[in-house]
Amino acid sequence: MTTDTQTSQPVPPQIDRSQTLVNLGIRYGFLCLLLGLILFFSVAAPGFAGPRSAAFIFQSVAITGILALGVTCTLVVGGFDLSIGSVATSALMLSAYMMVVLEQSAFVAVLACLVMGAFVGLINGLLIVKMRVPDLLATLGMMFLLIGLQRIPTEGRSISTGMTLPGGETAEGTFSAAFLWLGRHRFDFILEDLIPVPVVVFLVVGVLVWVFLELTRHGRLMYAIGSNERATALAGTNVNRYKITAYMISGVMASIGGILLAARLGRGDIASGNNLLLDSVAAALIGFAVLGAAKPNAFGTAIGALFVGVLLQGLTMMNAPYYTQDFVKGAVLVVALMFTFALSTRKRGGGH
Amino acid sequence: MEYAACRVVGIEKAFGPNRVLRGIDLTIPAGKITILMGANGAGKSTLVKILCGVHTHDAGRMELQGEAFAPASPSQAIDAGVVTVHQSINDGIIPDLDVASNLMLDQLNGSDAGFFINRRKLHSEARRIASAMGLEIDVRTQVADLGVAERQLIAIARAMAKEPKVLILDEPTSSLSATEAERLFKLLDHLRATGVAILYISHRMSDIRRIADRIISMRDGQISGTFENQPLDYEGAVTAMLGHALTAVDIDVADQGDVVLEMKDVRLSEAGAPINLRVHRNEVLAITGLLGSGKTKLASILFGLETPVSGEIWLNGKPFKPGSPQDAIAAGVFMSPKDRASNGVIADFDITQNLTLPFTARHAPFSFLSRNSERRKTVSMIEQLGVVCQTPADDIGTLSGGNQQKVMVGRWMAEESELLLLDEPFQGVDIRARRDIGRSIRKTAGSRATIVFAAELDEAFEIADRIAVLYEQSLVGEHRNEDVDLGAILAQVSGQSAHDGAPQTSPAEVSAP
Repeated sequence: MTTDTQTSQPVPPQIDRSQTLVNLGIRYGFLCLLLGLILFFSVAAPGFAGPRSAAFIFQSVAITGILALGVTCTLVVGGFDLSIGSVATSALMLSAYMMVVLEQSAFVAVLACLVMGAFVGLINGLLIVKMRVPDLLATLGMMFLLIGLQRIPTEGRSISTGMTLPGGETAEGTFSAAFLWLGRHRFDFILEDLIPVPVVVFLVVGVLVWVFLELTRHGRLMYAIGSNERATALAGTNVNRYKITAYMISGVMASIGGILLAARLGRGDIASGNNLLLDSVAAALIGFAVLGAAKPNAFGTAIGALFVGVLLQGLTMMNAPYYTQDFVKGAVLVVALMFTFALSTRKRGGGH
Repeated sequence: MEYAACRVVGIEKAFGPNRVLRGIDLTIPAGKITILMGANGAGKSTLVKILCGVHTHDAGRMELQGEAFAPASPSQAIDAGVVTVHQSINDGIIPDLDVASNLMLDQLNGSDAGFFINRRKLHSEARRIASAMGLEIDVRTQVADLGVAERQLIAIARAMAKEPKVLILDEPTSSLSATEAERLFKLLDHLRATGVAILYISHRMSDIRRIADRIISMRDGQISGTFENQPLDYEGAVTAMLGHALTAVDIDVADQGDVVLEMKDVRLSEAGAPINLRVHRNEVLAITGLLGSGKTKLASILFGLETPVSGEIWLNGKPFKPGSPQDAIAAGVFMSPKDRASNGVIADFDITQNLTLPFTARHAPFSFLSRNSERRKTVSMIEQLGVVCQTPADDIGTLSGGNQQKVMVGRWMAEESELLLLDEPFQGVDIRARRDIGRSIRKTAGSRATIVFAAELDEAFEIADRIAVLYEQSLVGEHRNEDVDLGAILAQVSGQSAHDGAPQTSPAEVSAP
C-alpha cells in the first residue's frame, strides 16, 4: 500500500530551534534532573554532600539495582519477570537454611542460591516459550509458588541460629564469617571503610550487563527479539534460546540480590524483601527515560535506581516522614514514563 | 441496467502522500454477486473500509438506493444497510457465547432491548433467523465448539439478521476447505435470490467461477476492468488485476549453471499435484501465481518453516530437510520474507543493525560486535543497492518503503548463499527502487541460484530468466523469459488452462497498453 515515490535525495531535516531543544530535553533531561536534585539537596540538606552519604545512597539501592538489571534483560526481549522479588527472598531463605540448618559452608550456600536462581529462570523461560504461557502470568505463578515454597521447610518461621526446627531439635549452624563479609564488609575508598561489598557487586554487575547488552552480538539479537520477534526468528536467530537465557539471567541476578540481603541481615528473615519487586521494576522502567533511550537499558536502569535512592535519602535528611517514600517513588516513575512515552514517540513519529 | 443498490462515484482517498484510491466509480446491483479483485495494495480494503464506515473518503460521493450515503462510523453504515463480514472470522463472532446470543448480539445492543434477557424469546428469534438462512445448527451450542466454516456462516447470518441492502464479504473462504466453502456459496445463492446486493472480495478463481455475476478488477487505486457479459472473461479480469504493462527492462536470459535445488514430487498440500522443479546456479527463477496458490508455502518449506506433505528436496546433490531457518541458513539457503514490516524490519534498529542482523557472528569476534566491520559491510551494500539515506546509522524508520526494502534484500545479499529466496521483494516499493533491487539481484546472481516469488507478472518478467506458475498448490507452467506467450501465462495464473484445456487468448487481447 505504501508506494513511495521518493526519487530525489531526501531533504535534510529542518533543524529548528524548538526541535533541537526537545531532542536535548529527551536525551539529557533526566540526567539534568538527577544533577539538579543532588545540587538542591547538597544546599538544602546539611550533610547530604559527602562520601558517607553517597555510599549510603549506593548501599540503599544496590540490591534493588541488581534485581533491576536482571529484569532489564527480560524487558529487552519483550518479556517481563514478576518472580524476581520472590527469587531474591527464596535465595535469602535458602542461604540461611543451607548454613544454619544444614551447616554448609558459605561457598555451598552461595552456589546453591545461584543454581536455584538459574533453575527458576529456566522454568520461567520454558513456561513462556514452550508452554506459551504469557510472560506476566507465568512469572506471577512462579512468584506465588516461591513465596509459598520458601516458608514450607521452616513452617513459616524465620531462620536464625538456635531456632527450633519442625522436628524438635535445635538448629546449630551459623552464618559463616565469609558469608557475612559479602553483606557487611566495607572497602576503603577515600575514607576508611567506605564502600560496602554489595555496592561493588552492583557496579560490577551493572558494567557486565551493560557490556553484554550493548557490545555483544547476543545483546543485539536480544534487542532485535524485543523489537520484532518474528523478523528476528526469520533472520535465523534461535529466539527461544535467547528468551530462556534472559529469564535465567534475571533469576541469577535476583538470587545474587537475595544472597547479599541475607549477608547483610545475618538471618533468614521471612519478612524482608517485600518491596524488592516493585522497586526494581520501577528502576528498570525509569531507566527507559535516561538518555532518551525509550527502551530498557542497563545504564538507564542503574541511573533509575540511583535516582530513587538520591531522592529518598535527600527527603529523609530533610525530615520527610517515612510513609511518603512510596508516594515519591510512584511520582518519579510516572514522570519518567511521561518522559519516555510522550516525548520519545514524538521523536520517532516521523517514521513509517 | 438492473437496479443499483449502491453506487460509488469518483471516490478518492489518500493516506499522507499515498493516493490509495484515485477516483473509483462502481455500482453494486441488487440481487447479484459482484466480485472485487485486486492485488495487495490495489486499494480493495481501503474501498471496503470506506463503504463500511471505518474510513471517510476525501472526494467523490456514494449513494445507497438513490440516497446520499456517507457513513461516519461502522454503526452508521450498518444502520443505513451496508453490512460487512471481515476476513478474520473472529471479528464477527464471540466464541464464548452460544449461537443464539451471537445471532442476536446486535439486537441485544439495540436501544429498545430490555435490561434482562428473555432467553426463550432470544432462542426462538435466533432459530427464526437461522432457519431463514438455511442454517441447521442448535442455537444453544457454544460458538467455541463449532468449526471454522460454521463460525463463518454464523458471522454471515448475524450480518443478515440486520437485513442489509448491501452485504460485503472480505475473502470469506480464505480459511475454509472446498466443501465448507460450498455451504457458504449455497447461502450466498439463497441471499442473491432474495435481492441482496453482494460485494465479494476474493482471489480464489474456483470460488469466483462458482458464484460470480460480475467481476470488477482493481489496480493501483483505480478500477482497471469491469466484466459483466456472460460468459465472464476470467482471464481478462486477472489481466486487468495484475496489469501487463510490459516494462522497458530487457532480460538477457543467462546460461544455466549446475543444478542447485531439485524438488522431486514435492506436494505443498493434500490437494496439490506433485511438483518437480530444478533451479540452477546463475539463474533467476520467478515463481508467480495468485494469492493462496502456494508461493509462500513453497518458500516456507525451503526455508525450514514448514514441511511438505510428501516428496524430496535436494540441495547441491544432497538431501535437504531444514527443520528451522537456522538449518536453512547453515546450508546456504537464505530467505527475504514478504511483508517487511511484520517479518523483516526491526523498527528500533538503524540501517546497519538491520542489515547485519542474520550475520552478526561474522562481525563479532569473540561475540563482541565490531562497529567498523558492520559499517564497512553496510556501506558497500548501500552502494550496491543504491539505498537513499544520509548515513548508515540512520533509523530504519526514516527511510522510504522502497529503501527499507533494499535494506531487507541487502541483508541477505551481504553474504554468499547457495540459494536465495526472495518472497515478494517488490512489495510496496516504488518503480525506481524496484529497478535498483532487480538490477542488483541479477548482477550478483552468478554465484547462486535465485528464486523470486512474485504475484505481479510484470515483476516476474522484469527479473527472471525463467518463470514458473503455481495454481492452487500445483505447478502448472514453466516458461523461459524470451518471447513469452503472455496469454498462456495468464491462462495458467487464472487456472484457465486447467479448466478449459489449451489457452484460447489471442495475443491482441493482452497486448501492452
